[in-house]
Amino acid sequence: MAYIEARGLRKTYGATVALDGIDLQVEDGRILGLIGPNGAGKTTALNAIVGLTSYDGQLRVLGRDPWTDRARLMRDVTFMADVAVLPRWARVSQMLDYVAGVHPRFDRAKAEAFLAKTSIRPSSKVRELSKGMVTQLHLALVMAIDARLLVLDEPTLGLDLLYRKQFYDSLLSDYFEQSRTVVVATHQVDEVQHVLTDIVFLDRGRIVFRRSMEEVEARFHEVAVHPDRLAAARALHPIHEREGFGRGVLLFEGVDRNQLAALGDVRTPSVADLFVAILSSRGGQVEGATR
Amino acid sequence: MSIPSNVLTDLQSRSEAMTTAETSAARRLLWSVRREIWENRSIYLAPLAVAALFLVGFFVSLVRLPASMRAASALAPIQRQAAIEQPYVLAAIMLMAISILVAVFYSVDALYGERRDRSILFWKSMPVSDRTTVLAKASIPILVLPLVTFAVTVATQFVMLLTSSAILAASGMSVGALWRDVPFFEISGIHLSHIVGFHGIWWAPLYGWLLLASAWAKRAPFLWATLPPVAIGAVEKIAFGTSHFGLFLQDHFLGGPVTGGSGGGMSMDMLGEGPWGRFLLDPGLYVGLAVTAVFLLVAVWLRRSRGPI
Repeated sequence: MAYIEARGLRKTYGATVALDGIDLQVEDGRILGLIGPNGAGKTTALNAIVGLTSYDGQLRVLGRDPWTDRARLMRDVTFMADVAVLPRWARVSQMLDYVAGVHPRFDRAKAEAFLAKTSIRPSSKVRELSKGMVTQLHLALVMAIDARLLVLDEPTLGLDLLYRKQFYDSLLSDYFEQSRTVVVATHQVDEVQHVLTDIVFLDRGRIVFRRSMEEVEARFHEVAVHPDRLAAARALHPIHEREGFGRGVLLFEGVDRNQLAALGDVRTPSVADLFVAILSSRGGQVEGATR
Repeated sequence: MSIPSNVLTDLQSRSEAMTTAETSAARRLLWSVRREIWENRSIYLAPLAVAALFLVGFFVSLVRLPASMRAASALAPIQRQAAIEQPYVLAAIMLMAISILVAVFYSVDALYGERRDRSILFWKSMPVSDRTTVLAKASIPILVLPLVTFAVTVATQFVMLLTSSAILAASGMSVGALWRDVPFFEISGIHLSHIVGFHGIWWAPLYGWLLLASAWAKRAPFLWATLPPVAIGAVEKIAFGTSHFGLFLQDHFLGGPVTGGSGGGMSMDMLGEGPWGRFLLDPGLYVGLAVTAVFLLVAVWLRRSRGPI
């Protein structure tokens, strides 16, 4: 069974179309990166998945309708919005008490063990913690919930590099311990790409690209082409071309790696490069989802 | 052959996992109420502070107590009792006033504040329904705050009586007159019906309305709470030259069976005659509770669809 199953998912705010018919399937055990520019519909899509917003079209999360069944669904789904949503008046110990009180799958000892590794004390108030520490606290709460699906919306927004790295390292180590299913939306692509098993690019409410990381590695190659072989390289129909270190860097899809090796240094493109290539190759034209 | 112990513990932990995988609705409600009290410490701090301040003033006034008791004993019984119980009535009125103030401010902010500070995103990530949350928030002004106020009022009056008795006994005067004119248990019963019954349950539609405005407003929830009733009254006045709506509100919230329909005046004798009976028999109570339920259902519906602001 797919953990998330969306068909023709649409959401409009007045005349603004936030989601324009999204089809999405997330299977058990995948870590999906939902990547897109600001206003692409990432947050709206995640909000629909965790039951924070109504929608048109079909959506099932763990077999439930999130809009009508949010409270029940949240026993199996944990959700982290961007950093500053923990109540500022609360003490750390109160947050632990509260979650232990209402959440059937919360393991308090695990959260406390996680917090013990940080400089956060149980008597601290959330308002006294730095942004990074608040995120650590939230992460401690979320990780101690034995959930089947973890939904993260820009979880490291506004954090410095150190905390961002710690965040994804904790996430990853936890993933391998528990084998969770994760959906993470971000535009800080570089930091998440080594975590992901799948990527979806979202642009103006539509899915414009969807691949597993294996597919990306197998099908997409980036070549820093020798200047004298540029014409030959262009004949192979690169999907994107940019300048890098005085050389033309061309991105190819589905071209044999050995063939490309003759033209220059071949590597797997970063998700960020791929993102720029895919979005600019569309020239701003919104098209249907690629398969 | 006995069952290996590790199998037993495994079974046990499994069954534990099965039972702990459910938290009851009552438990979620209880924790939701508890978190409201954590967030809004004025629920108990404000009455306690008022009680403390009042007691300080009262202790100073105890110096004059023997003299004023002597003066009061010369009066006719009704005036004597009024004079002796006056500070006790004053304590109750001050505590009721602060409690109503806290209740109104709490209700106006309850469903607005969590959207303004975005913490609603955290609360909604917990397996607690909007219905449970709104019910927990409604229980604060309708039940929790009145019960706290009742307890603080009774405790304050008890301290007043004890210290007065000590002073009177020390100056060789009779303590019996004081306890006869300030009948502690009778007064406590009256407070229970007045504070919990009237200010809590009878006024529930008011708090339901404030919570609804709080869930609705994108800014200025207080204006959203006050303008519609004022507008209705004004339109009625202009269109028909009448004030039925305003009079109805005044009648319902300031009259009612517990105050004896006297428009808010509260001497303790007036409340004395079986207030719970009249209270429970009054159809106004049930109409009010039905209206409260409608307001709260709308608030639940609003909280479900509204995000942070």
